[in-house]
Amino acid sequence: MLDTILESPYIDSLPFLFDGLKMTVLITFSGLFFGFILGAIVGIARLSKSKFIRSISIVYIEIVRGTPILVQVLFIYYGLTEDLIGISINELTAAIVAITINAAAYIAEIVRGAVYSIEKGQSEAGRSLGLTENDTMRYIIWPQAFKRMIPPLGNQFVISLKDTSLFSVIAVGELLYMGKQYYNVTYEIFETLLMVCILYLLITIPTSLYLRRLERKLDV
Amino acid sequence: MITVKDLHKSFGDLEVLKGINAEVKEQEVVCVIGPSGSGKSTFLRCLNLLEDITSGHVYINGEDLSDPTTDINKLRAEVGMVFQHFNLFPHRTVLENITLAPKKVKGLSASEANDIGIALLKKVGLSEKADDYPDSLSGGQKQRVAIARALAMNPKVMLFDEPTSALDPELVGEVLQVMKDLAQEGMTMIVVTHEMGFAREMGDRVIFMDEGSIQEEGEPNQIFGDPQNERTQAFLSKIL
Repeated sequence: MLDTILESPYIDSLPFLFDGLKMTVLITFSGLFFGFILGAIVGIARLSKSKFIRSISIVYIEIVRGTPILVQVLFIYYGLTEDLIGISINELTAAIVAITINAAAYIAEIVRGAVYSIEKGQSEAGRSLGLTENDTMRYIIWPQAFKRMIPPLGNQFVISLKDTSLFSVIAVGELLYMGKQYYNVTYEIFETLLMVCILYLLITIPTSLYLRRLERKLDV
Repeated sequence: MITVKDLHKSFGDLEVLKGINAEVKEQEVVCVIGPSGSGKSTFLRCLNLLEDITSGHVYINGEDLSDPTTDINKLRAEVGMVFQHFNLFPHRTVLENITLAPKKVKGLSASEANDIGIALLKKVGLSEKADDYPDSLSGGQKQRVAIARALAMNPKVMLFDEPTSALDPELVGEVLQVMKDLAQEGMTMIVVTHEMGFAREMGDRVIFMDEGSIQEEGEPNQIFGDPQNERTQAFLSKIL
């Protein structure tokens, strides 16, 4: 019994799929790291008093949210670099750039929503004490807003992680791509894809559970 | 100390203040009463520019709030404000709520600010709450901390915007007591309130507002005992 499990196609595919999972996690983390930086900038721009800066931010958000991420990554990998500029970037870079640009648009909205959600009375209290607008943001609004960003950012992590599976089209060695490579040789399509699903769930379910606990703890 | 001249305030097409003229002298306690929607809170909020002024002038110690060259942050630091919903900073302890502005606006050191904060907490009877977070306080305690926070800037005048309206009835007394102590120490105060008992007892003057204008003003005894204006009479007959 034990032998059949250990020798089963489910287990055999694992070392191969693990490599893919590592790549998936790498793309997601790097993409979200840069995506948070870019997203915070776009989100702050979205809150700007200047209509011009606000407009740039809105255009960015709407373009990114209005186009499929699959198209975005093809555009970055083949369209923009290979075809237009004539240089080729490696597929990992393209994948990270795609997640960064995509997640930034959603994170910008998370940042904006969190800042907006802080009651107006908070900034009024700060201003009434003589704090400048910048100090009010820095010491009163941002610390509270940041706390409210954590749950939606975790949610974005799960979404971006799943989005990386689309990057199999540019042959970056992430989880789904590695699965496909494996079953193309072994023809164990059902078994391999089932393992791919389980590996995704292995990350997404604990993340969701942790987020739910965190939400309760942060009381947001 | 505060002079208001022909103050108008509109939100879009809606004119909320229709030409307010008022004067508040040093150490005076002025209570503003009136039905909801009369513009009394908006009037108060114009006095530290939480609402910008549509037209007219507000002078605080001779400085014109509507003059763009006036340093608004400096002026606000001299005008304490207490809100209906307290607006304490939930991510900071009670003591930090009080010390934040003295440190950041006046540049006091942490220990100087803490000394002030601890003294003020003692004054409002909440010394033991210094390290607690606002969420763990009752409404009355929150409001007392909010008063201490405003006092920490050593303001020349204190504005109260319905400070007891959000409180459970049994908690109103402790907040009013702190305000009475403050009035007796000679603090200049403008209080928008529904607490007629407080207005009658502590007010040097009562202003009755309705529909964006001051309808009547006078000493509490006169306003409550012998109101001249029809609307004042109607309002008081409903609530007294």
